[in-house]
Amino acid sequence: MWKSWPSIKSKPVTMEFEIPTNRTHKFWDYLEAGEFRTTRCNSCGTLTFPPVADCVNCTDSDIEWVELDGRGEVAAFTHVIVRPTSFQERPPYTIVIADLTDGLKILAWIEGSEMTEVEVGMKVQLKAGKTVDGEPSYWFVPE
Amino acid sequence: MRKVAVIGVGHSKFGVRKDVNLSELTYEAVKPALEDATVSMPDIDFVAFATVGGMYEESLPAVVAAEYSGFTGAGLVRCEAACASGSAAFYTSYLNVASGMSDLSMAVGMEKMTEVDTPTMMEMIGRAGSYLWEFHNFGMTFPAYYALYASAHMAKYGTTEEDLAEVAIKAHKYGAMNPHARFQKETDMDQVLSSFLVAWPLKLYDCSPICDGSAAVILASEEKAKELGIDTPIWVKGVGHSSDTANLSKRSDFLGLQASVTASRKAYKMAGVGPGDLDVANVHDCFTIAELLAYEDLGFAERGKAAEMVREGETEVGGRLPVNVDGGLKAKGHPIGATGCSMIYELTKQLRDEADSRKRQVPLKNNLALAHNVGGTGHYCYVTILER
Repeated sequence: MWKSWPSIKSKPVTMEFEIPTNRTHKFWDYLEAGEFRTTRCNSCGTLTFPPVADCVNCTDSDIEWVELDGRGEVAAFTHVIVRPTSFQERPPYTIVIADLTDGLKILAWIEGSEMTEVEVGMKVQLKAGKTVDGEPSYWFVPE
Repeated sequence: MRKVAVIGVGHSKFGVRKDVNLSELTYEAVKPALEDATVSMPDIDFVAFATVGGMYEESLPAVVAAEYSGFTGAGLVRCEAACASGSAAFYTSYLNVASGMSDLSMAVGMEKMTEVDTPTMMEMIGRAGSYLWEFHNFGMTFPAYYALYASAHMAKYGTTEEDLAEVAIKAHKYGAMNPHARFQKETDMDQVLSSFLVAWPLKLYDCSPICDGSAAVILASEEKAKELGIDTPIWVKGVGHSSDTANLSKRSDFLGLQASVTASRKAYKMAGVGPGDLDVANVHDCFTIAELLAYEDLGFAERGKAAEMVREGETEVGGRLPVNVDGGLKAKGHPIGATGCSMIYELTKQLRDEADSRKRQVPLKNNLALAHNVGGTGHYCYVTILER
């Protein structure tokens, strides 16, 4: 379809970024212990996910870690069939954004359900722990 | 602020352009734009260069492309607003002239997306959100972002996969008439619905293609346009911009893009017009669902009624409001940095009554056109209203 044209291969670049988690590392520490906690501002009470070190509502930096109830409903979902390079080795996965009774929304995979069962409005529960690769993570399961 | 006119436009062929490097590709749009405006390189005082970059060899693509095109010495900036980079560059050039800083300014958008393989490109643009919370553990992809919106729209309004397919069929119909388009052939319901699943409910034919391309726009002050004897200046009547959260989980719902609503209201207000006044529009259809969201966000259709507009042919040439009659991002192609300038190219041609095929020239009543350019998943939005 498209012709092959003369070209030069560039020098390759491989980059792995070291992302600082110093100010919010407790998030992953709690996940490893099987707990899902996020941040609440001690000054104005704003509950935030993703967790933050600085409150976007009142600009205070005095935050506490609170455990979520984690129950909610699917607000949007998709089954990812065509996957990026770093997920090529995995089977297709389902991503949901769930609206939690805690007053937050969270994006994560849903596990333990057939793709055909997932729908908007489905009741789900948030879980925390380690992935098969041993990385701390979180996911939804049908409630 | 001074009145500003579009006085020259240029467009490259969009596609897998392994026959040219990024500078040569940029020049394919720059040269016809200069000829169209009857100016030469040294006349251009300022260049806003749009590209997302990071997917090809150059770190400073604006400088490399400007040198090749003969703009060395002009004021130069690279603009990035994801897939709305072209509009960010247009806006920058517009302000440059409107403010009185320059009399002649150029916005040029270029993207070279095929120098890396497709899974790597999926990896790059899958990170077009909030890396740690959407990509690292969950492998979001760009189609997946819009698929999330599609799932919510389908559940709330009963939008179907066939409705989405109708958008693709319309896009291909006009792409087939556009010599710059990547896909110059029509498609049908069976072909769209049987194409492979990318991120449910979006299939291959619901997605705009990864491709290479460039588009350029020259802007001038009223005095300069007069001095150059420009026959049909196309005036910048209104511009609006907005943005939204990086994390999709912080959005209130997934039924529309709030940034599109806000940006369009600002543009309508500045222009003193409403959606009912427009003769033609180009909206950001990176995926078929995005075109439906745009109709509702921009006030072309009531909430949940966009699919009806497409089904009833209201957005075809001869319909109530023709939309994306150049094939849109879907069939024309979406070299991300070039798209915003490509929209201005198309609407300028339409307002001049110079569409390349008479079959896709819209009838002009009010001489008003709207460009809607989204970056990411409503992360950025620019709306531009042009008037002949």
